[in-house]
Amino acid sequence: MKYKAIAATLLAAVGFAGTVAAQNEQFIPANFYWVGPYAPGGSGFGGGMIDYYAMLNERDGGINGVKLTWEKCETEYNNARGVECYERSKKKGPTGATVIHPLSTGITYSLIEKATADKIPVISMGYGRTSAADGRVFPYIFPLITTYWSQATVMVKYMGEKAGGMDKLKGKKIVIVYHDSAYGKEPIPVLTDMSKQYGYDLTTIAVPHPGNEQQSQWLQIRQIKPDWVILWGWGVMNPTALKAAAKVGYPATKIIGVWWSGAEEDVIPAGAAAKGYISAGFNAPGSDFPVMKEIQKFVYAKNKGEFEDKSRFGSIYHTRGVVAGIVTSEAIRVAQARFGKGKPITGEQMRWGIENLNIDDKRLKELGAVGLMPPIKVSCLDHEGSGLVKFQQWDGAKWKVITGWMEPDRKLVRAKVEEDAAQYAKEKGITPRDCSREK
Amino acid sequence: MLYRESGQFKSNYSEDQQIFPIRQDRIAIGVLLVVAFLVVPLVGNQYWLSALITPFLILALAALGLNILTGYAGQLSLGTAAFMAIGAFMAYNAELRIPHMPIIGSFIIGGLCAAAVGVVFGLPSLRIKGFYLAVATLACQFFVLWAINRVGWFSNNSSSGVITAQKIVIFGYDVVTPAGKYLLTLSVVVVMALLAKNLMRSETGRAFMAVRDMDVAASVIGIPMMKTKLLAFAISSFYCGVAGAMYAFCYLGTVEPEAFTLDLSFRVLFMIIIGGVGSILGSFLGAAFITLFPIFLNRGSEWIAEAMGVEISHAIVSNLEIMIFGALIIFFLIAEPAGLARLWQITKEKLRLWPFPH
Repeated sequence: MKYKAIAATLLAAVGFAGTVAAQNEQFIPANFYWVGPYAPGGSGFGGGMIDYYAMLNERDGGINGVKLTWEKCETEYNNARGVECYERSKKKGPTGATVIHPLSTGITYSLIEKATADKIPVISMGYGRTSAADGRVFPYIFPLITTYWSQATVMVKYMGEKAGGMDKLKGKKIVIVYHDSAYGKEPIPVLTDMSKQYGYDLTTIAVPHPGNEQQSQWLQIRQIKPDWVILWGWGVMNPTALKAAAKVGYPATKIIGVWWSGAEEDVIPAGAAAKGYISAGFNAPGSDFPVMKEIQKFVYAKNKGEFEDKSRFGSIYHTRGVVAGIVTSEAIRVAQARFGKGKPITGEQMRWGIENLNIDDKRLKELGAVGLMPPIKVSCLDHEGSGLVKFQQWDGAKWKVITGWMEPDRKLVRAKVEEDAAQYAKEKGITPRDCSREK
Repeated sequence: MLYRESGQFKSNYSEDQQIFPIRQDRIAIGVLLVVAFLVVPLVGNQYWLSALITPFLILALAALGLNILTGYAGQLSLGTAAFMAIGAFMAYNAELRIPHMPIIGSFIIGGLCAAAVGVVFGLPSLRIKGFYLAVATLACQFFVLWAINRVGWFSNNSSSGVITAQKIVIFGYDVVTPAGKYLLTLSVVVVMALLAKNLMRSETGRAFMAVRDMDVAASVIGIPMMKTKLLAFAISSFYCGVAGAMYAFCYLGTVEPEAFTLDLSFRVLFMIIIGGVGSILGSFLGAAFITLFPIFLNRGSEWIAEAMGVEISHAIVSNLEIMIFGALIIFFLIAEPAGLARLWQITKEKLRLWPFPH
């Protein structure tokens, strides 16, 4: 009898604690990759995002009292495993998965329909399907901050600036060396369109996955003698490209990398060959931003950080993950403000939150992230929200930001986005939303 | 005691020739099918159905295709993923370009296109064998992916080369739920597995095995080499093509050519090596081992870490998973080189004698 009573009390206590904890939690899956050739990107980005959530939990007790929780799942940068992780994580937590960061263009593609059907927003920050920026056709997909196409136009703009005006690009030779995958092929239509507009010669050279053999590609580049080379690589392909360029005598200062080719992990293995190499970025590296100091103070000082190797703190991938954390938690805040402060929100409410996200300069200052990321204003029409890109240069020891935030060619990008989205809508029989009716 | 054929008399030829001659086997298969068709869709949750069982069935079908070629006809191939890619992209194109195309029709078109390519790349098998043939099929793997990447027609000129599978409609009914997709996959796999099982008992199957065991002897006793080998390539590629189409339509939904890399070809090859070369059951066991086991290891290590109350870094868990998996593959290959199917066979023999082994 006595034991029964004790057991009952215990059960009740456990049950009670369980429900209390469950009610005030916001679950965010951390489906990234910690093993394999792309592990630096996955663990860095994932680490930054988790570090930011951990800091919010430690400093503010979550968002309006709602603790952020997460669970890691290994996707191996593999579509099938990514889908498995998504299915595993989508029902966890009191309200299911809030939002998914797939961190892989391939997985993003695989999730577009599944997540839309499940009403779980997908944030593909700086990767994924560019035309998802048209929120009328892709209500649940958010290629936030900036897309591949915006980036491609900014790259051409940068080259124009260096040449002394966009009209000076006429007759220039530009080569794009790309990872032969959906990711690598994404910018080619935009670069081709711009080549017609500005009159430069574009040569596209594919590098088969994983890209650890590029001798013939760079010999071809040596024959072409281009004015600029755009490097659209990923993982081991990047340092290999820089080394191969040095071998054929092509200067690193004439190579512009995409933001997935512009992390410390991409240049350090190339050694001296990487010095002077330029890359684009939508986040700046560094540990001096106030928000990074907060993470240092509330997380790392208590030995709770994600990185065992402290030198990765403030690296490109790490701050990119922090930016992802900021975007996610700010959207949760927006959604809570509408659907009930201090309560966990559902994926559907989160979708509204992201769509109405507005991180202006003032808010950036409050967050301590001025210069770390550009201001963002998302809308039903525009799921990109910013489009701004910065350039940075590797000086042999660290990345130095060399430009301010640069504007993309919005008109060109938007026209192509709408064209591609309309084709998708037609193929799938989707009627685009009427944005004037959204509230 | 329970599993014994004594007392089961065959009184005519058709009884003697049935697929499962032992009554207990028939009952077991019947129960398995009832469970698979009725119980699993009711009991299984979304995660199990769409993330574990459906991909397992699809890859089992691909492994079955490779097993017909490698296990039964003795022709080593590394082009499985390429045939799957052809199936996926051609089924997509069939749905896209032919109005009112039923989905099963698209799967068959995907399979037939894969079979046609399989025959072309099977031609070298008439002159070369073993590892050299594997290299020739490797060319197929690279060529097909290259062609799909380069020729815009395959992906309907999508700038990124990605295809999005169309809605599955069967008799005006939209198959969107995981259970619906699972049942569709299961039906296709069961029918094709049954066909394969029967094929292997037929004259064609026996010709395949004769070629596998010694092709000179086979040609001496009058088995046409060219027809048999090319037929093996065609049937095998057809199976792989249908598996690829289902991989796109029933599982991933949106597919880029990179989903069908050499890596996948190797995985399917490992499936039949682990499961059992030259065995229908082995294809299923191998697929289960290769696709499901890493996920169980991954989750299992999480549970163990939780139960023990220790916090293990996620990177270590992920790496451990790969190491344990690799070690287990080596263990199985040493303990039972003929694969898991052989283990099952031994169990069956032991069961027949149980409880009085002599």
